[in-house]
Amino acid sequence: MTGTYRVRRGDVAESRNAVHFTFDGKSYQGLAGDTLASALIANGVHLVGRSFKYHRPRGFVSAGSEEPNALVGVGATQSRYTPNLLATQVEIYDGLVAESQNRWPSLETDAGFLNEYFSAFLPAGFYYKTFMWPRTAWKKLYEPVIRRMAGLGKAPAEPDADRYTQVFAHCDVLIVGAGPAGLAAALEASNSDATVILCDEQAEMGGSLLSDRSASIDGMQAADWARAALDELRKRPNVKLMSRTTAFGWYPHNFVGLNERVTDHLSNPATNQPRERLWQVRAKEVVLAAGAIERPLVFTDNDRPGIMLAGAARTYVNRYGVVPGKQVVVFTACDSAYRAALDLKAAGARIQVIVDLRKSVSGYWVDKARAEGIKVRSDSIVRGTSGWLRVKSAQISNAQGGDAETVACDLILMSGGFTPSVHLFSQSRGKLSYSEELRAYVPGESVERERSVGACKGLFALESVIESGAKGGRDAAAKAGFPPHGERSYAVSAQSVGADAFIGSVMTDHQAEKRAWVDFQNDVTAKDVRLATREGFRSIEHVKRYTTTGMATDQGKLSNMNALGVVSKQIDVAVPKVGLTTFRPPYTPTTFGSFAGQSRGDLFDPVRKTSIHAWAEAQGARFEDVGVWKRAWYFPQVGEDMHAAVARECKATRESVGIFDASTLGKIEIVGKDAAEFMNRMYTNAWTKLEPGRLRYGVMLREDGFIMDDGVVGRMATDRFHVTTTTGGAARVLSMMEDYLQTEWPDLEVWLTSTTEQWSVIALQGPNARKVLEPLVDGIDLSADAMPHMSVREGRICGVPTRLFRVSFTGELGFEVNVPAGYGRAVWEAIFAAGKPYGITPYGTETMHVLRAEKGYIIVGQETDGTVTPDDAGLGWAVGKAKRDFVGKRSLSRPALVREDRKQLVGLLTTDPKVVLEEGAQIVLDPTHPIPVPMIGHITSSYWSATLNRSIALALVRGGRSRMGEELSIPMPDGVIKAKVVDSILFDPKGERLNA
Amino acid sequence: MLLINCPYCGPRPEAEFANGGQAHIARPADPMSLTDDEWAAYLYMRDNTKGLHHERWRHANGCGRFFNASRDTTTDVIKRTYRMGERPEAEHQGAKP
Ligand SMILES: [Zn+2]
Repeated sequence: MTGTYRVRRGDVAESRNAVHFTFDGKSYQGLAGDTLASALIANGVHLVGRSFKYHRPRGFVSAGSEEPNALVGVGATQSRYTPNLLATQVEIYDGLVAESQNRWPSLETDAGFLNEYFSAFLPAGFYYKTFMWPRTAWKKLYEPVIRRMAGLGKAPAEPDADRYTQVFAHCDVLIVGAGPAGLAAALEASNSDATVILCDEQAEMGGSLLSDRSASIDGMQAADWARAALDELRKRPNVKLMSRTTAFGWYPHNFVGLNERVTDHLSNPATNQPRERLWQVRAKEVVLAAGAIERPLVFTDNDRPGIMLAGAARTYVNRYGVVPGKQVVVFTACDSAYRAALDLKAAGARIQVIVDLRKSVSGYWVDKARAEGIKVRSDSIVRGTSGWLRVKSAQISNAQGGDAETVACDLILMSGGFTPSVHLFSQSRGKLSYSEELRAYVPGESVERERSVGACKGLFALESVIESGAKGGRDAAAKAGFPPHGERSYAVSAQSVGADAFIGSVMTDHQAEKRAWVDFQNDVTAKDVRLATREGFRSIEHVKRYTTTGMATDQGKLSNMNALGVVSKQIDVAVPKVGLTTFRPPYTPTTFGSFAGQSRGDLFDPVRKTSIHAWAEAQGARFEDVGVWKRAWYFPQVGEDMHAAVARECKATRESVGIFDASTLGKIEIVGKDAAEFMNRMYTNAWTKLEPGRLRYGVMLREDGFIMDDGVVGRMATDRFHVTTTTGGAARVLSMMEDYLQTEWPDLEVWLTSTTEQWSVIALQGPNARKVLEPLVDGIDLSADAMPHMSVREGRICGVPTRLFRVSFTGELGFEVNVPAGYGRAVWEAIFAAGKPYGITPYGTETMHVLRAEKGYIIVGQETDGTVTPDDAGLGWAVGKAKRDFVGKRSLSRPALVREDRKQLVGLLTTDPKVVLEEGAQIVLDPTHPIPVPMIGHITSSYWSATLNRSIALALVRGGRSRMGEELSIPMPDGVIKAKVVDSILFDPKGERLNA
Repeated sequence: MLLINCPYCGPRPEAEFANGGQAHIARPADPMSLTDDEWAAYLYMRDNTKGLHHERWRHANGCGRFFNASRDTTTDVIKRTYRMGERPEAEHQGAKP
């Protein structure tokens, strides 16, 4: 049996396969094409959730993506579990496992409904009021309780097993929504050479036509016409149809985000299919045909299971072939609910009464209802309901009050008219205007290249919906440059349901509004909204935040207009003056997987590795991340911790020879007639007199005078420089150079090329470095006389062309061997083999840091932080003072940059040599000073120095160079550390080793 | 994501570009002759335009060229892009010739 509430679907006799699924552990049977909602309704299940705050039993309100109550968790395993899906959108398949949320121990007997009895203590703003005091109770008591009670679904416990992809697409015309307006727009727009994408969030395209059994188009039933139109569109090569695809966000310049759900509806998806695709569509023109959403009516106990929107019931009956109830009370402010009542009656339901808010009622649909014997009560309201897990009766009275009549029912349909879905239009920064007639906002002036058509524009009569869609489609194609080949006509036969509407609360008795829900999902009542206005909140943006109305995952699709209505009436201000909350993407909740796409795991961030990386890996190196580079950090031997490994590497380098992979250094080749002039302008140093074959340490400033980058530069020829930059600064430096070259000095003949990836750089450092290298090198005399410190030679090493730098970042005799990256590993291994007799030791970045700190060499980004001048860092000697100009020069004489008490780089030696200071620690003069203690500097680098057998540190200290010998204090959580100010060069200050 | 018309490559998505701040602020020819205030104005003072704004962009992940764009900061509509050295159209507000 497929459910006792199953009826024939529309007028179509058809066979649909049975589908088996479970909900809260219980097995059910539905039919192919059902949503979880329609399948449950077919089985008489209406109770699907507990409300957010009060844990009241809740059922289906809608049949679409506006559903506030029927949130479910879907998935048989944790790695494929998705919480907070809408049962009205979940398509059933064999083996589907779904469960309700926010209930304990079960949906029927939930402990949280006690909240209901404490509702007097949970008014608007209760989070702000109740849980203010005592402060300590928040963490221990309030927060855990609120988190458990006021819950949405549970996050899955395992990583997502599915794959998500992202696609860019371009089209001439994008049409959002495949209802009557969207279909007409697509037929017209694609009757041209324009490429057209038509997307719709539902499984089946056709929108409201699929639920319509009274209208006909071109002599066909509405749903048949929709299917015929889709068949026609499918045949056109310039059309792409995308169902199950939500246009969730509008971004500038007609860039629209679509989320396509590819496999969620399949029992056994093919393994090569992604679960979802994120489409990033750039459309020349957009047609918005997003339709409209029916509004609930706000009356007491309007939230019981079995109370739903009239149009939703019509969809369940006509489209899915299930009748949501057999004894029906209809409560309406417009004609469309009559049409729904008639469709339910035709399906066998009994319509007890139609209660109409309007003073007098007439017209085609009212007459037809009366003619079919349905009782109609005008100027009346439903002012209360009964039934706990399912509605049992409605109390009906005159709109002004008076005696109430109780009418038994298992279904109450409500309709306050329709709210155009202006979300995407509003996201595109289009201006909204308020329509008094529709009691809704409609699209006004467009900003982007789009137009709204059909119900989202406030048109509800089928004929005008199709006409506006067709016109919009033609207009879009023409504006995109593809005038349609012709126009077609549409013979629409449909009775209008008018455009009557109501917003706000129908209750006249304010006390009764305590349980008249405005926002079902966030559990906000008309009383809450009224209370907020009484407490002084007048703008809807403030009312929204205070009451949380419209802030749930449905973003107030059903509630926003009613909340506005309540506020407007309460403070007697016209609706447009109360304002409108901002529409933000996504239109409906979108998975993180879709946004992440392939960017997870190894693909989350690119990783850069040098050509020597694998060698270091094989040696057991530990790596650290420097930007996106992986750099060998240290090379532990068996039993060594980092401290021991670094001490050994330092010692080996100082005593014999160490080898270091410096390939990650940024490299820029600067070439051209004006290369030296360009260097003069970009760097603080003077370059004109630097001879080819010589190296110089260069400092680069930003225009504000602070150090931006540094590096050794080789002059390879009069018109050619080999520039190195910091590992992390390479792209930034090149970009700044390009900026000046292109925009300030386009007259200079200079070309800049990034060569970072072209060179492998092998640093060989230590007293035996020359001896190791000499036998491998051809055509270069490595002797101290022929190749002094800070020189560069070109020749061959191991037969490979090289730019051989004699340079040192350790204070030892040193070389940096640049070879084409493809040869890096081979040359490295050859040098390593040649170094064996000398005990050659590979070292990593940590040892490099220690060795350079012993020498007082700065690292940009460690000793500098964007507020350090060359003089602060002790690099005044590198500034070419005779130069007329260079980037940052003028700033160096600004008053703030020449103050005596600027922070200056110094060395610090702790009184206790065993104590290693913490980098970043603050330095003070008097630790007993009352808080706040004036801080005079901070530690920039701090290490254990195996060479000096003590701790060492570099620090930036106010007026530091005039404090030599002074004892400073570094207050730490477990005591004050004392340290003495010394020169920043702590090892071999005369540089004898360097020049060996 | 904006669609930016690189004068050298044509329309490309914003992800390929880097914004370079306000346009038409020429670096002084002789910075050392400027007073501290004049230099500070060049360094730090920028318009915060509501409306049409001329700004520099670099097609960083494309041709690498800098160019200028006239963008309405309220709508993000880019009225025009043009090469370095070219002037913004006279109708445009906020330009500093
Ligand atoms: Zn370009």
